Amino acid sequence: MKRKTSAMTTATDLPSPLRFDLALFPALLALGFIAALIEVARSPDPAMVVQAWTFMACMGGIGIFYLATYAGGLPREERTGYATNVIKAGVVASMFWGIAGMLVGVIIALQLSFPNLFYFPDLPWTNFGRLRPLHTSAVIFAFGGNVLIATSFYVVQRTCKARLFGGSLPWFVFWGYNTFIVLAGTGYLLGVTQAREYAEPEWYADLWLTIVWVGYLATFLGTIVKRKEPHIYVANWFFLAFIATIAVLHIVNNLALPVSLLETKSVSLFSGVQDALIQWWYGHNAVGFFLTAGFLGIMYYFVPKRADRPVYSYRLSIVHFWTLIFIYIWAGPHHLLYTALPDWAQTLGMTFSVILWMPSWGGMINGLMTLSGAWDKLRTDPVLRMLVVSVAFYGMSTFEGPVMSVRTVNALSHYTNWTIGHVHSGALGWVGYVSFGALYCLVPWLWNKKKLYSNALVEWHFWVSTLGIVLYITSMWVAGIMQGLMWRAYNDYGFLEYSFVETVQAMHPYYVIRTIGGLLYLGGVLIMAYNLWRTVRSSETAATEPAVAPLAALEAAQ
Amino acid sequence: MEGLTYDTVLAFCQSWSVVYFSLMFAVAFAYAFWPSNKKRFSEAAYMPLRDSDGDE
Amino acid sequence: MNHGFFERNSFILLFGILIVVAIGGAVEIAPLFWVNGTIEKVSGMRPYTPLELAGRDIYVREGCYLCHSQMIRSLRDEVERYGHYSLAAESMYDHPFQWGSERTGPDLARVGGKYSDEWQRAHLADPRSVVPESIMPPYAFLEKTPLDYRDIADVMRANKAVGVPYTKEQIDAAVADLRAQADPNADGVDDFRKRYPKAQVRDFDGNPNQITEADALIAYLQMLGTLVDFKTYHADAPENRR
Repeated sequence: MKRKTSAMTTATDLPSPLRFDLALFPALLALGFIAALIEVARSPDPAMVVQAWTFMACMGGIGIFYLATYAGGLPREERTGYATNVIKAGVVASMFWGIAGMLVGVIIALQLSFPNLFYFPDLPWTNFGRLRPLHTSAVIFAFGGNVLIATSFYVVQRTCKARLFGGSLPWFVFWGYNTFIVLAGTGYLLGVTQAREYAEPEWYADLWLTIVWVGYLATFLGTIVKRKEPHIYVANWFFLAFIATIAVLHIVNNLALPVSLLETKSVSLFSGVQDALIQWWYGHNAVGFFLTAGFLGIMYYFVPKRADRPVYSYRLSIVHFWTLIFIYIWAGPHHLLYTALPDWAQTLGMTFSVILWMPSWGGMINGLMTLSGAWDKLRTDPVLRMLVVSVAFYGMSTFEGPVMSVRTVNALSHYTNWTIGHVHSGALGWVGYVSFGALYCLVPWLWNKKKLYSNALVEWHFWVSTLGIVLYITSMWVAGIMQGLMWRAYNDYGFLEYSFVETVQAMHPYYVIRTIGGLLYLGGVLIMAYNLWRTVRSSETAATEPAVAPLAALEAAQ
Repeated sequence: MEGLTYDTVLAFCQSWSVVYFSLMFAVAFAYAFWPSNKKRFSEAAYMPLRDSDGDE
Repeated sequence: MNHGFFERNSFILLFGILIVVAIGGAVEIAPLFWVNGTIEKVSGMRPYTPLELAGRDIYVREGCYLCHSQMIRSLRDEVERYGHYSLAAESMYDHPFQWGSERTGPDLARVGGKYSDEWQRAHLADPRSVVPESIMPPYAFLEKTPLDYRDIADVMRANKAVGVPYTKEQIDAAVADLRAQADPNADGVDDFRKRYPKAQVRDFDGNPNQITEADALIAYLQMLGTLVDFKTYHADAPENRR
């Protein structure tokens, strides 16, 4: 294969230690540090002062990382082959945030189940209203985001046969993104929020994320531009759509005017009905492009790779891609049916949401059928099973979603726990499992181990968390439908049958079951963390180093 | 914009969106099923399987 | 058609994605800003008073919107349970909107005036003392925490900059107005009432010694959904058809 030889990134390609990025990023860190220092010194807002100290600590920490890594010349890892250390860091961060975010989820589930035990009247930061965004952001943006950064960095290098673009840029993206997470999470506890679901961080955190995201896009696109393969593999299309669209969504939805540059608070540029549509255009497409397109990128690489066969239909994947991104962007108004949003927008949202079912199932079929002729592997490889079950959950929740977007169904389901159940069938089943599958693949590959420490523990993880998902989503389905029916129930005299608080009381057993489901799911992830840790620690290295060695060998041959 | 009323927006949505929508689908399908693309795509499909190692 | 058109050129792929996404977003969102009748013409709406605005910031800070909607849908049971369905006009001064997405607790769009201040105070401090089955968190700290309103004029100025019609007079008098609303005996009460029609003036937290966060939050809750005059609003009128 001739292409291989030309595909190598050689040592001579790499620039000298006097690199642009090694001036730019430390300068950015210093600027960030100084801006935070000014806030600390001048801001009358106590929350801003705490946030600024936090930011300074992060900038300082990244600065020390830069010194430790680059002060003695370019590290060896940057001179050969693919970048792997930043991906390893992404894997570790994913596991850390995953456990933290799911733990907070269990805590807030306990709060709703046993309010007398898990609330503290004089500790504002422990209240549901502040912990709930901490949970959603930690699992979506911290866990999911780090998984996406790690997997996209891995996939784009392998499918482009090129090292990540930008020298230390990928490291800046990784640390910068996690700084955003820390800033956002500590902000929620302090009561700093824009009150936009899934976009709660305030203006300064949003600005920082914008800088980091430009870096992410540059890393990804830069790597594709310098690729040695003629094609851009379809997984990268999905990753690119995710990165580009999230940039647009993030900027538009966070257009806000700070009350003052020294205050955490800002006011949205839009109000009322326009604000609502923009928020749910964002909210829905955060699901569509962050939690769907991004993770489909994972599916299109890891399922074929693990099953050792090409994707079922590459043509279908192209149709899947364009129709999915085209239709998704319209579906947001289904969050606002029967509200004060004008009818034409509601109808548009509903129609596109229903049509969305088709490309989604196209993608599901493509993922599942990749295994045709290799179904027996599901029995022997629990990691592949996890990946495949994730695709099945994707199919299930992308069927449920369109159903819930139909006006008459939405009249019942909206505002109820059914929505929570729907979100979690997608989050736990699809996003969670496809991430776990990818991480189980990545750890042995990255740390150069023959195999996982224990396949039996993967089995345990799979079954414990599957039981958790089943308990979670069935309890929320029943609770949600019951809630919806109770709210609209009339007695024989034509009056509403139940007071609101009676419907709250009726939720109790389901909230408890949901908590148990969440605990099981968290337990599964703890098993996984132990398994991955033992894998990393194991002494059984792979026979041939998959990533760096062949490249180095080929360089030597040249 | 005085002329933009509920009814004009509705009419626009109901007519032009269908056209735009069908066009998008047609282009995506044509691209995916264009005969000369076939070989490229089947080659591309194997990309993940021959990526990490230089020794296949 | 050129094979591998999109795959070969990464920038064309990027622009293709951006164009597809931008058209969908723009066609859906942009008309809302121009279509006549997106927001109904109603009488009675006014911007929040400084105290209500401060209360709203506490509502936002504590994440109340995560469990309480402020959007009554046009469905029979909702209208009977909560009152007239919400109009777009009622949230036209909300930066950001607080429609919510979940009803772990009841809708609050028209909670104003439904309960007494005493009830609100007891309920906020310990929800289960008045509603034993409630699962709401306790907010006992609110009535112990003095309201921080040093920046209230700045907050109003920022709201004005994004379209809320505060007058210069209202902004200049922000701090005095905030204090006047929580103290019926204050000097500026009459001027305050002139500046904010229908505003409720009283000591909301029952503690005349200081203005606390509970004052602000209860002032906000007690005005929710009370502004629009539904006697003069005709839902069937052609201009209100949306």
